[in-house]
Amino acid sequence: MACAATSVALCLDPLRQIFLSGVYGLLLAVLFVVLQAPDVALSMLVVSTVAYPLIVLIAISRTRRERGEE
Amino acid sequence: MSSRQRLRAWIAAPVLALFAAILGWGFARAPAFGDFHGAYGDLLNRIAVPQRHTSNVVTAIVFDYRGFDTMGEEFILFASVVGVVLLLRAVREPATGQDDPVASDAIRLFGIIMVAVILVFGLWLAAFGLVTPGGGFQGGVAIAGGIVLVFLASGYRAWRTFGRERLLDPFEGLGAASYAAVGLAALIAGAPFLHNLLGLGVAGTLRSGGSMTLLNWAVAVEVAAANLVLYTEFLESYLVPHLPRR
Repeated sequence: MACAATSVALCLDPLRQIFLSGVYGLLLAVLFVVLQAPDVALSMLVVSTVAYPLIVLIAISRTRRERGEE
Repeated sequence: MSSRQRLRAWIAAPVLALFAAILGWGFARAPAFGDFHGAYGDLLNRIAVPQRHTSNVVTAIVFDYRGFDTMGEEFILFASVVGVVLLLRAVREPATGQDDPVASDAIRLFGIIMVAVILVFGLWLAAFGLVTPGGGFQGGVAIAGGIVLVFLASGYRAWRTFGRERLLDPFEGLGAASYAAVGLAALIAGAPFLHNLLGLGVAGTLRSGGSMTLLNWAVAVEVAAANLVLYTEFLESYLVPHLPRR
């Protein structure tokens, strides 16, 4: 967990960062399952690996394109 | 190091040290791992199944004991999605005749199979929310994610079948409204707001929970539609204008 969180914070490329944060979310979901909170784990799973990365990916593609056009 | 950077470092150092000290102080006084003082949690674990006939206690809390809070949360989601729609839809040009086909057959095939798998998983999560872990929120996000996979796997044309504002907006409103309607129905029947009118059913089966089942599905529809509206708005505003023209 600590390694994943640190690597998210230290990653400088937003595209890699969002994938790392997905991995971090997945690990967090596993931790929730281990601690017997499957409901929270499922919420974490769907939000951190589906909803959040999608929004951020769209935002990244938008900013990259604007920079490319300049 | 320039003088400006040095100045910044001098300002940042005491602030960071202060935060580190507060964090360390907090951790030092934190209870031991697994130490639980929530009397309410233990109580609900004991009484929820006999009182509400739902084997998933979390869902009983979300849709019954704290049902009114959940309605507030649902309307927070509704209001924020309406805000995004108001901001993005006003300044958008209508898309015409664009496509962004996915070149790889392997990705298309695997993606389309996964759409079915994730949709079934989402529906299962929502349907069995009162019996096993899961519920309307998780199921709704999974359903929305499954449908977005259509865009990722087979391009904009196929996605446009589902990602239409006119198709999604009514579901978004319906989900939010039907939660309130279930609550108001109880008021009309002379019971407290959100009171369970339909009987509790048999614990551990799909027929358990009564009104909670309706609330659960209302949330599932609301969350799935809200996510899809959100993705549609972002895709239409940010990606579609840059797709290659046919």
